[in-house]
Amino acid sequence: MSEIVSEENIKYDAGNYDVIVVGAGHAGCEAALAAARMGNNTLLLTINLEMVAFMPCNPSVGGPAKGIVVREIDALGGEMGRNIDKTYIQMRMLNTGKGPAVRALRAQADKHAYHRSMKKTIEEEPNLTLRQGIVDSLIVEDGECKGVVTYTGARYYSKTVVICAGTAARGRIIIGELRYSSGPNNSQPAIKLSENLEELGFKLKRFKTGTPPRVNGTTIDFDETEEQPGDAEVNHFSYETSDEDYLDVKNQLSCWLTYTNETTHKIIRDNLDRAPMFTGVIEGVGPRYCPSIEDKIVRFADKSRHQLFLEPEGRDTDEYYVDALSTSMPEEIQKKMIRSIAGLHHAEMMRPGYAIEYDVVDPYQLKPTFETKVVKNLYTAGQTNGTSGYEEAAGQGLYAGINAGLRAMGKEPFILKRNEAYIGVLVDDLVTKGTNEPYRLLTSRAEYRLLLRNDNADIRLTEKGHALGLISDERYQKFLAKKEAVEKEMNRLNHLRIKPSAEVNAFVQEHGDKPLKDGVIAAVFLRRPYVTYHTLLKFMEAPKKPLGRRVIEQVEIRTKYAGYIKKAEANVERLKKMEAKKIPLNIDYSAIDGIATEARQKLEKIQPRTIAQASRISGVNPSDISILSVYIQQGRIAKTK
Amino acid sequence: MATTTDFDTIAAISTPPGEGGIAIVRISGDEAFEVINKIFKGKDLTQVPSHTINYGHIIDPDNGSDVDEVMVSVMKAPKTYTKEDVIEINCHGGIIATNKILQLVLTYGARMAEPGEFTKRAFLNGRIDLSQSEAVMDLIEAKTDRSMKAALNQLDGNLSSLIRKLRQDILDVLANVEVNIDYPEYDDAEVVTTNLLSDKAKELSIRIQKLLDTSKQGKVLRDGLATSIVGRPNVGKSSLLNHLLHQDKAIVTDVPGTTRDVLEEYVNVRGVPLKLVDTAGIRETDDKVEKIGVDRSRKAIQSSDLVLLVLNASEHLTEEDKELIELTKNAKKIIILNKTDLEQKLTSEEIKSIVGNDESIITTSAIKDNGTEKLEEMIAHLFFNEGIESSQNDVMVTNARHISLLHQAKDALASVLDGIDAGMPVDLVQMDMRRCWDLLGEITGDSYNGELLDQLFSQFCLGK
Repeated sequence: MSEIVSEENIKYDAGNYDVIVVGAGHAGCEAALAAARMGNNTLLLTINLEMVAFMPCNPSVGGPAKGIVVREIDALGGEMGRNIDKTYIQMRMLNTGKGPAVRALRAQADKHAYHRSMKKTIEEEPNLTLRQGIVDSLIVEDGECKGVVTYTGARYYSKTVVICAGTAARGRIIIGELRYSSGPNNSQPAIKLSENLEELGFKLKRFKTGTPPRVNGTTIDFDETEEQPGDAEVNHFSYETSDEDYLDVKNQLSCWLTYTNETTHKIIRDNLDRAPMFTGVIEGVGPRYCPSIEDKIVRFADKSRHQLFLEPEGRDTDEYYVDALSTSMPEEIQKKMIRSIAGLHHAEMMRPGYAIEYDVVDPYQLKPTFETKVVKNLYTAGQTNGTSGYEEAAGQGLYAGINAGLRAMGKEPFILKRNEAYIGVLVDDLVTKGTNEPYRLLTSRAEYRLLLRNDNADIRLTEKGHALGLISDERYQKFLAKKEAVEKEMNRLNHLRIKPSAEVNAFVQEHGDKPLKDGVIAAVFLRRPYVTYHTLLKFMEAPKKPLGRRVIEQVEIRTKYAGYIKKAEANVERLKKMEAKKIPLNIDYSAIDGIATEARQKLEKIQPRTIAQASRISGVNPSDISILSVYIQQGRIAKTK
Repeated sequence: MATTTDFDTIAAISTPPGEGGIAIVRISGDEAFEVINKIFKGKDLTQVPSHTINYGHIIDPDNGSDVDEVMVSVMKAPKTYTKEDVIEINCHGGIIATNKILQLVLTYGARMAEPGEFTKRAFLNGRIDLSQSEAVMDLIEAKTDRSMKAALNQLDGNLSSLIRKLRQDILDVLANVEVNIDYPEYDDAEVVTTNLLSDKAKELSIRIQKLLDTSKQGKVLRDGLATSIVGRPNVGKSSLLNHLLHQDKAIVTDVPGTTRDVLEEYVNVRGVPLKLVDTAGIRETDDKVEKIGVDRSRKAIQSSDLVLLVLNASEHLTEEDKELIELTKNAKKIIILNKTDLEQKLTSEEIKSIVGNDESIITTSAIKDNGTEKLEEMIAHLFFNEGIESSQNDVMVTNARHISLLHQAKDALASVLDGIDAGMPVDLVQMDMRRCWDLLGEITGDSYNGELLDQLFSQFCLGK
């Protein structure tokens, strides 16, 4: 560790900023770019410039729920969507056989290209300074954050600070019997910042995550595995990326599917006494949705095999990521495990998998803006808030960056609600429910997922992004034109009739329906499962100007699923009524006898702002909510001051 | 200043009004001890341990006279029904003494409790949850042992456990759908197709319908089975009525000063509470031996769940009888061939030839009591054995809110099937399945937060 000869002399004033962002991972990059683009003079500090937007775990972006977050980030003027569109090596739409709400775009990333591209974007951003430095402490006066101090003694002052420390926060890597203080991928950890946060009164928790070993692709027997190529159909994350830029399938790299087997499982079982997961060495809580392989084998002992995906880490490397083989077994055992797997019998392991423990700010200490309740003008985002995943981090970074930027500009905060965006679900879940494990977004966490679709993120959020100054006027105009085209065509379909011509009836009967007797409204006809917008065009006149495919997509989805969309909207209305029931800020829960002790403690800790938010706190039961509502309505709240 | 719950002290007679046995006057609230100490002669009740019973006398402090010899239960907060201080005065009963004690309690600081207010406090003070408090309310209003049992079962959570079983089954399906969505490449979870969902929805719908079927019984248990006795004058309606009433089965006995007609409406026939419709009409027509008003009979029949049609076996069918048979054509009824102790001029066979073989016909002689046993058996049989499976006999849905939620839950399942028919994808169709789950959860008061995810993670081994 570092040694300082003179505490006194080393310190110096290094400059004034509007916003300082600590950490340049996926959260920090979005936070810094958003704050800067809104017009704030912004400083982005990172432990290591080689780690800007680095992917220490799987080389991919998107997937169920996560892919929608990337689209939301893009609609709000964030960078992740554009950056992955520039650097992907494979693109796939998942869940195509299911409804529109759960379709999920996922890209395999060239992780080095991704890092380089993001770093360059940041370097070129006018209001943004990127600098290497480890933040040791915060400058806090009278409960307000005024800046940061780095290990080199630099004192940076600012109006607001955003901490996105990721797994560097007092990180500790564990591989079998080996453990050492480290950030992700053997980078330097941030030790003193955690200590400083504790001194300031923050409650920190310990979480754990892990990553699998990497192998050399030239030593993989790919013919023993199953190829998973990318899609031919054009799809990008960013609404700005043009369809022409899409990579041909032949220019995309494939992933490869293989499986563990009984031999692999035996190797693991025989060495469980050396597995830190089970010897008590690992104290942090790991994620259930992304368990280590040793965990899977113990918990699901009757399964004879587990899927593994071999994923290329980039174009200029032969390193392959062995997805779903996350482990912290000793290196020696990891090698044996790998060699037992089809396709990997001759594989050379390039780096071992490891578990990493790190500090997390228990998110009940956050307001719905991600400003901390403990220190004013201080914000946190990303893994620091207890989440996992690049997309979750980026979404939060953007959100915290926007709010830190708004505060620095003296403006009202920006809040996304559960019915507006997955980012809103994520924020509300964290600040309302907290989390006992690294939090991952799932579509099932969103009550209104039919409204929070992959295809309509722009319609939901572009307006907001523009109002924040993060979406250009040019892009906004394009968006408005699209929106108008959708409305117009939907209106037209609601007035046009499909006539019962011989042609139409032949088509209808071909699909097992009865022939039409009278004309049918085109929109109603479109609701039949076998009818698409294009079939509709065969039987009715086309719009004067041909529509783009994104417009057609909206028209189809909004027409076909209108009934369900309406139901979801009715649910949102119910939510809004509950959101309208505000809980007074000075409420004294101890004065309300009827509330169960656990619920009272949770309510006191989280301080929900509305009855709706209170009802989402786990441990607060419907009966507690009824009592709380009754007391608020009866004005029986303690008015202490 | 921090205000507390600021509930005042309430009191009421907490046993049903009636002669004999003991009666209990219950007091609940912060001032319960203050009140009792003013009117109790015996130990200082503030000094005795909680949850003890203490002998003494209630006196009228005005003149020092003894009102009654009593046992007083002392229960200090919070381990009481309402979570407040509770005093229960067990007095010797007798409406006058009990009323006098209540009057004293009210005079010395308590307020008369509103119906159900103790339960309301138990709920507001967090002692019981909503569905339990509903059950308590039903219990208070229960009219027979049988309905008492239904209410008690619900209180113990029998209904809750049935509903929870339903919800768990729905959750299993939902979790599977969610795994398919969130882990599309995961090959271990069964892919939930709309076919599978359709089968499940149908099965669940049947189970909910069975619960709903019990609600008809449940409603009867709570409200009584509206029953009318019809027949022309002098066929024996009155004696039948008297027979039913005079078997010590009347649930609410005579209390002096209350209206006889209202109180006598309910009788308990082998656990089935009969609410007798228009008993005044029966007496009137029989007393005055006048031609019955057909309109009056029609009204009684229309507002009844069960009609007891009384015919005179010692006379041939008259035009009036035939008119009544016609009026009751579509009603659930029991035909009583009365006065079989006299010479018979009308037989069961003859009536069957008119009304058909499916109708229940019994012969009685109300005066000599033979056959009335059969009538009671038949009423109980009609009520308990029709359309209800014996396994569910002990769980009956009696609460209006629960019934309405079950109906909505069933409608949601119907929407699942509609969606599947319309070719909608699984993840949309499951919205209605999830709604069904939410609605059922409202019955038990369970929130669903996190449950689904816990299910997901405990059942499936998830990787990528």
